[in-house]
Amino acid sequence: MSPDHIIFVDGLTKYFGTFCAVDNICFHIKKGEIFGFLGANGAGKTTGIKMLTGLLKPTSGTARVAGFDVFTDSEQIKKNIGYMSQKFSLYDDLTVIENIRFYAGVYGLSRRQIKHKADALIARLGLEHVRHSLTRDLPLGWKQKLAFSIAIIHEPKVVFLDEPTGGVDPITRRQFWEMIFDAARSGITILVTTHYMDEAEYCDRVSIMVDGKIVALGTPRELKEKYGQPDMNRIFLKLARG
Amino acid sequence: MKPTATTNQPDAAIAVENLTKRYGDTVALDGISFRVQRNELFGIIGPDGGGKTTLFRILTSLLRPGSGRARTYGLDVVTDYKRIRQIIGYMPGRFSLYQDLTVEENLAFFASIFGADVNQNYDLIAPIYDHIKPFAKRRAGDLSGGMKQKLALSCALIHRPKILFLDEPTTGIDAVSRTELWQMLRSLGPKGVTVVVSTPYMDEALLCDRVLLLQDGRILDTDTPEAIIAHFDKHLIAVETEDNKRALRDLRDLDPAFNVQTFGYEIHVSSERALERADIEKFLRGRGYRRVRVDDIVPTIEDCFIELMQKEKEHVS
Repeated sequence: MSPDHIIFVDGLTKYFGTFCAVDNICFHIKKGEIFGFLGANGAGKTTGIKMLTGLLKPTSGTARVAGFDVFTDSEQIKKNIGYMSQKFSLYDDLTVIENIRFYAGVYGLSRRQIKHKADALIARLGLEHVRHSLTRDLPLGWKQKLAFSIAIIHEPKVVFLDEPTGGVDPITRRQFWEMIFDAARSGITILVTTHYMDEAEYCDRVSIMVDGKIVALGTPRELKEKYGQPDMNRIFLKLARG
Repeated sequence: MKPTATTNQPDAAIAVENLTKRYGDTVALDGISFRVQRNELFGIIGPDGGGKTTLFRILTSLLRPGSGRARTYGLDVVTDYKRIRQIIGYMPGRFSLYQDLTVEENLAFFASIFGADVNQNYDLIAPIYDHIKPFAKRRAGDLSGGMKQKLALSCALIHRPKILFLDEPTTGIDAVSRTELWQMLRSLGPKGVTVVVSTPYMDEALLCDRVLLLQDGRILDTDTPEAIIAHFDKHLIAVETEDNKRALRDLRDLDPAFNVQTFGYEIHVSSERALERADIEKFLRGRGYRRVRVDDIVPTIEDCFIELMQKEKEHVS
């Protein structure tokens, strides 16, 4: 494993009974890389992410995330990563500032750090006027941008984003991706899933999973050349049915 | 006001007039009016929170309008709700079948509620139900997301409704299943079913006969996708370089009045003033890009939606 590899996965496999949900997958992700983890519903993405975030023990194989082994150091992994998904992001019945303080506290930031980070975050997102509003009253797009900012408030080495832009309007969706670009430029490694194939084009590299296996892995340009297709959408349609 | 039974356009599958719905201080629908023709595939396009679900719940008689009127096949959603419920099919955004019934039990159950016969109407659902038929004995709760969606659609159609409502059927669904679902929806009009479908995916708008763009409870536009694209009134180019993430910032530097957005492997730049391809290319070369492609392009529906959203925001503020 090169020191540049923040995520290192080799032969990772997960069985549920006799059903193989993730079948011997291998990939390495570099520091600051945006890695698109693609696949149809049921292909094994969620199981893969659960193993990499320390929530599910693999059946076999090796995986290290931010330097920690998913078999033995799952608690360390949880402290050193960020996570957000469309379904799980913020507490609806806490205000904006309460959500920020809560998560920053969970991630172990000091009181002074929390104050400083919270003010900076609110200013950056232009949320001063809703600082004390309940999160449930915010438009979805604002919520998702806030959730992402909170997911990286402790400056993790890696952040996992599981369908972060589902249902979001086209302008906010793009603003969200520009936040991802900024985070990657600052050195945070991003693993992201999406069903929007235009977003697959924004990734430095993507993998496509079919029935638990990774069937394609490369930069969008490499995959387009390899499969002779003009865009990621057509590659996905070609491969994802298995 | 006493509703009248007459409609001045009896052909409309849906006629909505000045419909408003508020939840406390929140205006979910702000005086909208539109019509849907019979056998039309009509798309309601807009982000979460735009008012789509409220509109669906009113049109399916599950929620009373605040003010204004809505009729489905001439039936008023408030006074004729019982008859409306017999002629519509509704597939809500959340999976709402019986998880502990099998696939075929769910289908038989929904058919029996409407006094319909599965075999008699099977032709309507065959293109999708055939995909899940091998799992007929499986409990609905054990199906994958894509298969659940196909079963839900089969159940919503099995009584051969005059009009089918689908609220975000493709959210969270992969690109392959999305394509299959839309093929199915396009086949329903010729079989006498009007389809009203909402989606946050702009590319799906192109598959509709007409679309309504809904944002913050207001209609930005209602037209055929072709006409919406034809109404785009800015200059538009596509740019591709070896480093689009950097080029995004450089192009905004070039002119702050440019609207610069990522679009897959391209960047789209729109502007009030004419854009000279040669100037843009020269500028980017000057900033050190080696691979530069600049093309005049026809807008996509997503370019149009972004444009309309920004206009609306300027208008409101």
